[in-house]
Amino acid sequence: MAEAHRRRFLECLGWAGTGLVWTVSGGVSTAALLAAGEGLAAPRKPAIQPFTFVQVSDSHIGFNKDPNPDARATFREAVAKIRALPDKPAFILHTGDVSQLSKPEEFDDADQILREAGLPVFHVPGEHDMLDEREGQAFLERYGHGTLGDGWRSFDHNGVHFVGLVNVKDLKAGGMGHLGEPQLAWLKKDLAPLAASTPVVVYAHIPLWTIYREWGWGTDDSAQAMALLKRFGSVTVLNGHIHQVIQKTEGDVTFQTARSTAFPQPAPGQGRAPGPLKLPAGKLRAALGVRTLSVAPGAHPLSLADAALA
Amino acid sequence: MLQTLLKRAAPAVLAPCAVVSLAAAAPAPQTAQVTIGNFTFGPAVLTVSPGATVTWLNGDDIPHTVVAADKRAFRSKVLDSGDSFAFTFTRPGSYAYFCSIHPHMTGKIVVKSR
Repeated sequence: MAEAHRRRFLECLGWAGTGLVWTVSGGVSTAALLAAGEGLAAPRKPAIQPFTFVQVSDSHIGFNKDPNPDARATFREAVAKIRALPDKPAFILHTGDVSQLSKPEEFDDADQILREAGLPVFHVPGEHDMLDEREGQAFLERYGHGTLGDGWRSFDHNGVHFVGLVNVKDLKAGGMGHLGEPQLAWLKKDLAPLAASTPVVVYAHIPLWTIYREWGWGTDDSAQAMALLKRFGSVTVLNGHIHQVIQKTEGDVTFQTARSTAFPQPAPGQGRAPGPLKLPAGKLRAALGVRTLSVAPGAHPLSLADAALA
Repeated sequence: MLQTLLKRAAPAVLAPCAVVSLAAAAPAPQTAQVTIGNFTFGPAVLTVSPGATVTWLNGDDIPHTVVAADKRAFRSKVLDSGDSFAFTFTRPGSYAYFCSIHPHMTGKIVVKSR
């Protein structure tokens, strides 16, 4: 029997003996030798099932200056956009700076608004969420259920592995974002059992590649994390912090920063400093937005769409 | 008219220098200010005498902090726009500090007798 026919035969009948099965997923072709008794009906790793999820970032609840007098209102508009999506997302990733000053009432308001989406939410903190007296404990107590260390976590959904990293804790003078040895050691262990064909989504607040060092737009030890992710066929890195969409592809890794729901920032190096970019009221909403990601089996399992608030 | 304005403005501009020279002449407590603006500490390096109180004023439209690089010598709470933080330096030395929210922002206070 020709190999192609044999493969088709295997697919059609779900033959459960010993055989060689080729699959293409996450951009990596793999040949998996099936042991006796381990048939197609019971694959060793979960198959990718289509789903969507949403990334929101930098809601900065409490911010009330030029160009946005009410960051609560624009966050509410972002949540309304999520509710209006034709396909109900599986969950929301919030990539940090929930609050402006880590005040309890800011977190309370953010939670109340986000609850209107009616979806599970996974948070990683931004540096604005570490400003309570106990340097981030308030955030961790509120959003850290099920996390390890300073709030990092991983979970699987429909065949995709998600990793939430914290790179805003215990920052050093003159540095940028920072992951730290304990978190990197955990990441190594967390990724170890995964097949290279597993699509991986990494989300963290500060970009995990250096966009602009002079403004601190990068993570000092991100190269160590990326080295651990190198063997995977599909890696999507979702960040916030810089309040604008910038993307870069490096091999099988796609880096993506998201818009804020509160205020935009200047393009890297344009102007004297980062910070709120002043815009006329009529132009603000075009610079704010939410991101929807779609997962489907195939060589490029993740695709994304950035939608502005207006 | 312009000259008059300049004459009027001059004492205000020179005031920090005047304070410095007074402090050098007499052991009166010295004060100095660092202004935070455009994500920078200005001046980035400030030299004062022992006993001087340095006040940082956040003139930016984003919050900042003032934290000693060793994270022990001094540490402000978060400073929202218009907030300030003061610390009195009693011992001579070089005190590097940064904004713990935006750690690329760094500055230094040099404390030495004149």
